[in-house]
Amino acid sequence: MRVLGISGSLRRDSHNTRLLRAAGELVQEHGAEFEAFEGLKAIPPYDEDDDVGEGPGAVARLREAIAGADAILFATPEYNSSVPGVLKNAVDWMSRPAGKSPLRNKPVAVVGASTGMFGAVWAQAELRKVLGATGARVADVELAVGHAHEQLEPSGHPSDPAQREALGDAVGVLLGEPQGLRVAA
Amino acid sequence: MSSQITQQALPTGTWGVDKVHSTVGFAVKYMAGTFQGTFSDFDARLDDGILRGSAEVASVQVKDPNLEAHLQSPEFFDAERFPQLSFKADHADRSDDELTIRGELTLKGHTEPVEIKGHISDPAADPYGGERFGLQLEATVDRTKFGLNWNNPVPSGDPALANDVTIIADLQLAKEA
Repeated sequence: MRVLGISGSLRRDSHNTRLLRAAGELVQEHGAEFEAFEGLKAIPPYDEDDDVGEGPGAVARLREAIAGADAILFATPEYNSSVPGVLKNAVDWMSRPAGKSPLRNKPVAVVGASTGMFGAVWAQAELRKVLGATGARVADVELAVGHAHEQLEPSGHPSDPAQREALGDAVGVLLGEPQGLRVAA
Repeated sequence: MSSQITQQALPTGTWGVDKVHSTVGFAVKYMAGTFQGTFSDFDARLDDGILRGSAEVASVQVKDPNLEAHLQSPEFFDAERFPQLSFKADHADRSDDELTIRGELTLKGHTEPVEIKGHISDPAADPYGGERFGLQLEATVDRTKFGLNWNNPVPSGDPALANDVTIIADLQLAKEA
């Protein structure tokens, strides 16, 4: 089993990227492979004129990474109450062509962290909605780490035991019971 | 559950659907109007008093390929896991040409009882040396009972898509035996 992690934040010391790497450790503890996708920044703005063949190289690399994964874990921050443009743009690329998206029927889960109180909960909800529209099999799990600058340990693991457990649950659902994934409404 | 349809309600013998001259689809209220779609790959059969029907989810046809893809996704029919919807009738009543059929609809792994209303025409000779009769059937079901829960609000906050969906079958059944 192979899990691809995609962080919606490009910042070097991103809380979400750290959270994702912590989740990756849990994935590996389950005996599964984990890879964090590093190429989000290179993906150009979606332009149908460029959407021919495999498309731009950075897009093809993401498509290949998704196609080669059994499940995808997203960690997203929240910009202006929604999904960061760079992440939405990448999902938009992946949704094409209609009916042949590499995300189609792919088990996915979304977690998130923010320095505010709510842990990117709106961005997570919107990302789940967008992923559902691509045909992904969206797990009904949630982890919203608020005050991430205080609540995440340097390793990226949540310091709060309940949130640590929730991260483990999210990974467990994504890994353990893909056939039982409940689609988020 | 297995009681046979009375002979007075539906013709005896084995009858198979003429797919070219039959249509299976659905209609659902969406925002200000009614949205409709069809299934191009379906089957229907009346055999030993039991009426069965099925449709391949992947054959859903609407006027936009993006929407066709979305309808096959886990948010709607989940074609990968549940490639077929099916119906089996275990009871029918007829009054003149009006028909009431009770059966079970299986969709997305859920089976629910349904009542179908419609009309029937008596068997008549067709130009090909055979015999056929017609069924025009409609059943309204709550899609959320089958796990088809997607929705989006319009600006008022009301849901854009109704829960009640009408399944429509206009069938010509030709005699096989």
